[in-house]
Amino acid sequence: MASKRFHLLPGFGLTLGYTLTYLSLIVLIPIGALFLRVTDLSWAEFWKIAVSDRAMASYRVTFGSALIAAIINAVMGTLLAWVIVRYRFPGRRILDALIDFPFALPTAVAGLTLANLFAEKGWLGSGLALVNIKVAYAPAGIVVALIFIGIPFVVRSLQPVLEDFEIEVEEAAATLGANRFTTVTRVILPTLMPAILTGFSLAFARAIGEYGSVIFIAPKEFEITPLLIWYRLEEYDFHGAMAIAVVMLVISFFLLITVNLLERWASRFQR
Amino acid sequence: MAGTTQKRGRASETKSRRGTEDPWYVRGLLIALAMGFSGIFLVLPLVNVFGQALAKGFKEAFGSLADPDTLSALKLTALVAVICVPLNTAFGVAAAWLIAKFEFPGKALLTTLIDLPFSVSPVVSGLLYVILFGLRGYFGPWLDSHDIQIIFAVPGIVLATLFVTFPFVARELIPLMQAQGSDQEQAALTLGASGLQTFWHVTLPSIKWGLLYGVILCNARAVGEFGAVSVVSGHITGVTDTLPLRIEKLDKEYNAVAAFTIAALLALLALLTLGIKTWLEHRQLRELELAQTSSDQPDEH
Repeated sequence: MASKRFHLLPGFGLTLGYTLTYLSLIVLIPIGALFLRVTDLSWAEFWKIAVSDRAMASYRVTFGSALIAAIINAVMGTLLAWVIVRYRFPGRRILDALIDFPFALPTAVAGLTLANLFAEKGWLGSGLALVNIKVAYAPAGIVVALIFIGIPFVVRSLQPVLEDFEIEVEEAAATLGANRFTTVTRVILPTLMPAILTGFSLAFARAIGEYGSVIFIAPKEFEITPLLIWYRLEEYDFHGAMAIAVVMLVISFFLLITVNLLERWASRFQR
Repeated sequence: MAGTTQKRGRASETKSRRGTEDPWYVRGLLIALAMGFSGIFLVLPLVNVFGQALAKGFKEAFGSLADPDTLSALKLTALVAVICVPLNTAFGVAAAWLIAKFEFPGKALLTTLIDLPFSVSPVVSGLLYVILFGLRGYFGPWLDSHDIQIIFAVPGIVLATLFVTFPFVARELIPLMQAQGSDQEQAALTLGASGLQTFWHVTLPSIKWGLLYGVILCNARAVGEFGAVSVVSGHITGVTDTLPLRIEKLDKEYNAVAAFTIAALLALLALLTLGIKTWLEHRQLRELELAQTSSDQPDEH
């Protein structure tokens, strides 16, 4: 509708040229090169690497732990967002600010401190060892690292929706005789669902690619897919690394599209 | 964000909040759960970084920072951030101007492509540049014959970091500039300002907090990137180790104090980033409120 008014503004050609050139140099050409280079392999060769036993095992570890972590993040993230937006209590602002801590902290630092914390002699690990639970250097450690890096996603997707949520809707439900439990499960949660799903997918997508924090805490026998790519490169198995990287990239692209669609769907619920 | 304050005002006006307020025991339980979860996953890891760094006292911790290899890692990390942050900031401003101020076919696709690096695993990001510039990559043989080294050298680390920090500034600016529209710029241009003057005196002041926010996030990631850098660095001690890579090496050498001291340094930077971010959000909120009270123009967001 405003296309006519836009004619006045300068810089279209300049910013378009600059944006496309820079985007191509840093992002598109490197990604294109991977897809071009992987065609060195025949389809059969590619497939053999992509579904080899070791690759399949790594997908199971990666997607399994990412899924568990994202589910825990969806539940706890919803709870955190609710508590931060709806309740007033001492420390609320600090909690709100701390939610972004995993975004700001380098993943290597996160991995280092979590591994130490949950190790047998660590502050938390020593307590867990009493009840025979092993977290660091066990599969649970991978999940712990992925929970940490995924905390902000659900909370930050949900917060604006909760803040815009009309309290009148809840009042109406209550006036019509719904008890609090019914109001929450039938009125509030369905409205929040798109945002929770968006946050869940973002956390899941991030967890699949995560490397830095996981390698500090993961046990040797449980290999995540990014680590397998890394090993392949170390072994100078260039094509092995590329084939598995292509599998990961394709899955990431699908997730990116899913997240975009979810965000569009979710934004319909927010005025 | 501006909705929060409005809502709070409205909620306190409502006399009866029965049916919209949770009973005290539910509130107490949920707050306790939230505090417990964030205590274990956010506060303890942070406190532990400093606890382990100082486990053998301040002297030991500060002494470990004087290690020449650690100092060279510090310099390399600073160099990488100093190159990457301005480049991606310039790009972010240009891309946001393009996407927020103009209509053109393929705009949605372009916006998605800008976000692409976010969804690529860091290890894959590093691999992309090995495929281009590594010894067995597309340009490898040519680079080798001209004695130019990109992979296992500083340029590769810069490129990989550019890739992973690519969307940060653009991501912050695009929605902000879209929400602000271009009426003010139109007015300035009509009054005879040049394009550059308009950008400098009209656009920049109105996006400065969002811009600063994008810059500090971009910086945090540039300093902390691990996976992508790990693939292209070659891990040459004292030459191509960044601070995060140095942490990994020291941890493998069982030098806990030195590893945790660097970690503490990076954690302080993360806390500083969070502090600036919180301060910026307060500023933005205040300015929005001022703008709302001085004019009745509703803001969209």
